[in-house]
Amino acid sequence: MTETSPAPVSNIAALPLDQLDAPPLTLGRLAWLRFRRHKMALAGMALLGLLILYCVGGGFVFSEKYANYNDTSLALQPPSAAHWFGTDTIGRDILARTIYGGQISLLIGLTAVILEVSAGIVVGALAGYFGGWVDNLLMRFTEAILIIPQIFLLLVMAKFFAGDIPDINFLGREFSGSVIVIVVIIGLTSWPYLARIVRAEFLSLKESEFILAARATGTSTPEIIFLHILPNCIAPIVVSATLGVANAITLEAYISFLGLGVRPPTATWGNMLEGAYNYIESAYWMWLFPGLLILFIVLAINFVGDGLRDALDPRSRAV
Amino acid sequence: MTPLDSQPLVQVKNLTKHFPVLRGLVLQRQVGLVRAVDGISFDIQRGETLGLVGESGCGKTTAGRTLLGLYPPTSGEVLIDGQDMRHTRGPELMALRRKAQIIFQDPYASLNPRWTVNSIIAEPLRVHRLLPTEKERVERVKELLRLVGLSPTHLNRFPHEFSGGQRQRIGVARALASNPLFIVCDEPISALDVSIQAQVVNLLEELQDQFELTYLFIAHDLSMVRHICDRVAVMYLGLIVELAERNELYENPLHPYTAALLSAVPIPDPKQERARQRILLKGEIPSPLNPPSGCRFHPRCPLAKAHCAETTPAWREISPGHWVACHEVA
Repeated sequence: MTETSPAPVSNIAALPLDQLDAPPLTLGRLAWLRFRRHKMALAGMALLGLLILYCVGGGFVFSEKYANYNDTSLALQPPSAAHWFGTDTIGRDILARTIYGGQISLLIGLTAVILEVSAGIVVGALAGYFGGWVDNLLMRFTEAILIIPQIFLLLVMAKFFAGDIPDINFLGREFSGSVIVIVVIIGLTSWPYLARIVRAEFLSLKESEFILAARATGTSTPEIIFLHILPNCIAPIVVSATLGVANAITLEAYISFLGLGVRPPTATWGNMLEGAYNYIESAYWMWLFPGLLILFIVLAINFVGDGLRDALDPRSRAV
Repeated sequence: MTPLDSQPLVQVKNLTKHFPVLRGLVLQRQVGLVRAVDGISFDIQRGETLGLVGESGCGKTTAGRTLLGLYPPTSGEVLIDGQDMRHTRGPELMALRRKAQIIFQDPYASLNPRWTVNSIIAEPLRVHRLLPTEKERVERVKELLRLVGLSPTHLNRFPHEFSGGQRQRIGVARALASNPLFIVCDEPISALDVSIQAQVVNLLEELQDQFELTYLFIAHDLSMVRHICDRVAVMYLGLIVELAERNELYENPLHPYTAALLSAVPIPDPKQERARQRILLKGEIPSPLNPPSGCRFHPRCPLAKAHCAETTPAWREISPGHWVACHEVA
């Protein structure tokens, strides 16, 4: 033992103290180190990346016109070299439709979650920070929405708003205005869960000593809410938003499957399933491909959400 | 010299803070009242350190926080530099908040984990618009870091990268940033290792000399209080039972509760320590929800007589500067 003991201790002591310190780890870097250890989350992220590439990149291979082009003479063809995923009841190419449908499904997932998160944060933050009657009022309202099963609420709202919806033009693309309706109703029925999470975080954080220090200094209430408390509840919000995207995609599929969602010819994975309903045995390709895509994306997002939950946990200090 | 300078920096008059205990979801009814602070009065002179000691749950921390307006007082008055926080608004209130700061017990909970050291220490500068540019603020933060014995290169680090003692120094730097007159030190050392405690206490003393700070030093470590404080107030169940100059209190404790507290302090000499007579109190500290009648200490007091349970003892000055609330003290 003694002969191997290193001598140059004096060299280390000669360094200025600050150079001995480990390089600072930012919170984001710490989170990434923890996320990386979660193998399923990494796999989920890779799968999610592939699916996004599929939906976005595929748009450059096939035109939307082609996805909506119908030729009844080509109806219900099984997968072939010309139509890899086969064709549907009126001869549209399923591969192209899953690509454009995927874009719409992702768009719906993301925008519905933006709505959900904004509403959830506002309601949760106000209720949690101010407490008292504000809390009472907002939380009783939230519970009132929670006690109605979300599916019923969605179906009733979908039915209610399903009047004459004009087509809209967004980013140079035409699509059914029903997309907006679906986004709004999914967003408006999903926020209560998030609001309760945010409220709980605010309730515990507003009593913490660094908030008292800020109040003693005279920091204004909006600054305390948005600069002090909100960044500290970012972890559950990010996790819940991630899972919310998967949830919104399945909800859209659900409503569209029941024929109350996005109207054809605008494709979504959900309304493609609806078209396949009568051909479950005779034309498996009509439901298999959009069904698999929904399965994959929901799975991928859930794994990523799980990984984020562990990575962003502020209590976990392990790397 | 303005006339203000001759008056105490902090004047507390009959301060009470009660917390209602509520039941029910929508229609809340009050089922009890926690008398955390139940009528305390004291002054703190400029440049002085007043110690506030007592058992856990006696209301020390609540008193300190109410002093700074972190909790609205139930009644009574707190004047800091002649002004009451409850009667000031807008810029005047901000000016008052700039003068009074707080250092907390738990160095892990008192720094925002998502902020860098720079943003944490610069917060008072930013909020009070003390320095107009970002560059000046960074310079001031570096200066403050040096002042509390940290390296200015730690500017962009996060609290989780520091040890408890270092974090407490960051907390001290934040409290100093706005050039306050008065700092409430809410058990600033009880969460630290003994070796670090001495460092932080010495730092607080040096800063006091350098900036003529006034401290309210809340603690339960009586030896440390004797070391740092000029005068000491002893709290029991929401009330101050004795207040005296440091040496007077430690050598001549009048209130039986103070005597019992002091007898519990270990003596760092084995011979004397073996000979030390402890006054053991009966029972537990009663709940502030339902404090005892008369003198609050009577159920545990070795000197208690019948009238102690009936009448509240007056707050009397026994000898100059030595105040006590006890019937049995002559």
